[in-house]
Amino acid sequence: MTKNRLNVKHMNLKQKLRVKDDTRNFYNGIFIDLGELVIFTGNVIRQLFQPPFEHRELVKQGFLLGNKSLALVVVTGFIMGLVLTMQMNPILSDFGAQTLLPGVIAVSMVRELGPVITGLICAGKISSAIGAEIAAMRVTEQIDAMEVSGTRPLSYVVASRVMATTIVVPVLVILADAFSLLGAFLAVNIFEDTSITLFMNRAFSMLGFIDLFPATLKTVLFGFFIGLIGSYKGYTAGRGTESVGQSANSAVVISSLTIFVIDLIFVLITSIL
Amino acid sequence: MEKEIVIEIEQLYKSFREKHILKGIDLTLHKGENLGIVGKSGIGKSVLTKCIVRLIEADSGSINVLGTDVVSCDGEELNELRKKVGYLFQGGALYDSMSVRENLLFPVRRTQFVDRKHDTEELIERSLRSVGLLDAIDKMPSELSGGMKKRIALARTLILKPQIILYDEPTTGLDAVTSGEISELIQQIREEYQTAAIIITHDMKCARIATDTIRIMKEGQFVTEGTYEELSCSGEKEIRDYFI
Repeated sequence: MTKNRLNVKHMNLKQKLRVKDDTRNFYNGIFIDLGELVIFTGNVIRQLFQPPFEHRELVKQGFLLGNKSLALVVVTGFIMGLVLTMQMNPILSDFGAQTLLPGVIAVSMVRELGPVITGLICAGKISSAIGAEIAAMRVTEQIDAMEVSGTRPLSYVVASRVMATTIVVPVLVILADAFSLLGAFLAVNIFEDTSITLFMNRAFSMLGFIDLFPATLKTVLFGFFIGLIGSYKGYTAGRGTESVGQSANSAVVISSLTIFVIDLIFVLITSIL
Repeated sequence: MEKEIVIEIEQLYKSFREKHILKGIDLTLHKGENLGIVGKSGIGKSVLTKCIVRLIEADSGSINVLGTDVVSCDGEELNELRKKVGYLFQGGALYDSMSVRENLLFPVRRTQFVDRKHDTEELIERSLRSVGLLDAIDKMPSELSGGMKKRIALARTLILKPQIILYDEPTTGLDAVTSGEISELIQQIREEYQTAAIIITHDMKCARIATDTIRIMKEGQFVTEGTYEELSCSGEKEIRDYFI
């Protein structure tokens, strides 16, 4: 009886220690991952400036990755504009400020909603696709084959994709913003008859440099990190086939989180300025 | 006169966590020599070849390849060395988004900055002719059989004119006829390109055709060395068993 109790105690202690070990490993893992990501980022940035430059691969990746999210981004942007206008119209009407509606929609879409929602869509579609593709290349030893022939896969496979997303994501955000304004224009016309010129004049009258510059810079960073995190997760994937799914999954999670963090930092900076 | 040494490994150790894979490997490969490494699965044969090109970092020991210390050399030196060492992966590792032509062009374009179309075309055709697959030049890897993939991967290795080739189970997963052809091809390549090679294999027919000497690996160490004929008639049953 006593022996049994001792055994149970011993097991409980062992379990507790294991949980502690797991927790320690988890936190260590985060810091190791962060450290590796910093080194990886440095290496990728260095590769961006080293010849041979893969212009053709850059254009191909830009087209493929942009195409992948284009329809979703455009439709989401359009619906966001439409819905936001329909929600805001009654509230602004109560204050007799209906004329401000196009400007409010434009500012909220351009400054915040357009970049963040497009960023999240791209994290889901592009970052996961990059993560899965590069992880599959790792599993089938294609990356190893590039490494052993001295062809610097980091430059060909990773740098071209990171560059492509850095260019493509801001373009997608601009498209999302444009279609959201179109959606807003249609929604405004449900309540009153407004010309497109008047709507756009009212929308752009409230947009200034302070809205456009940080928003654009933010989207460039979103694009960079979406490509980088997807590539990092794929490049450091394990050897088994299950690592393909894991890479895609963690690429989405980490890039989505990164988008929110970058957004928060930009909001803090712009609010101070 | 003693032949030039192209690979020299001394006291190489490698562990993965608590599992000791390589336990003090010593190996010397001479110019023009085809050395076979035979042993059970999972005893570290592939780990050894991957350590040679530093795809896997060794824990301790020295690896000297073509006069370069692989363990301590920097990234640029390693890249330069890797251009002189070909590696044929088990599955071929062809780039599946590229055609056969692009697969062969890729290492040339990335390492030698060759822009003249005429020169690269000639290089590609010569390599494909060496492996007897000139007809497959415009095919995609998904359209190729296992044997064809290995041949194309070999052609891709040859295009950089390596001085050493590391073959990781070149005949695994192939039928007897095709694996015989690949083994003959390894011999032909040695004669045509004057390469030295390490051939990891379980296929004794391949070992007989393609190697000069064979080393048997057991529990992370080499236990014996000899020609196919010597080892297959060994007095030890354990060694003879590998050749059944």
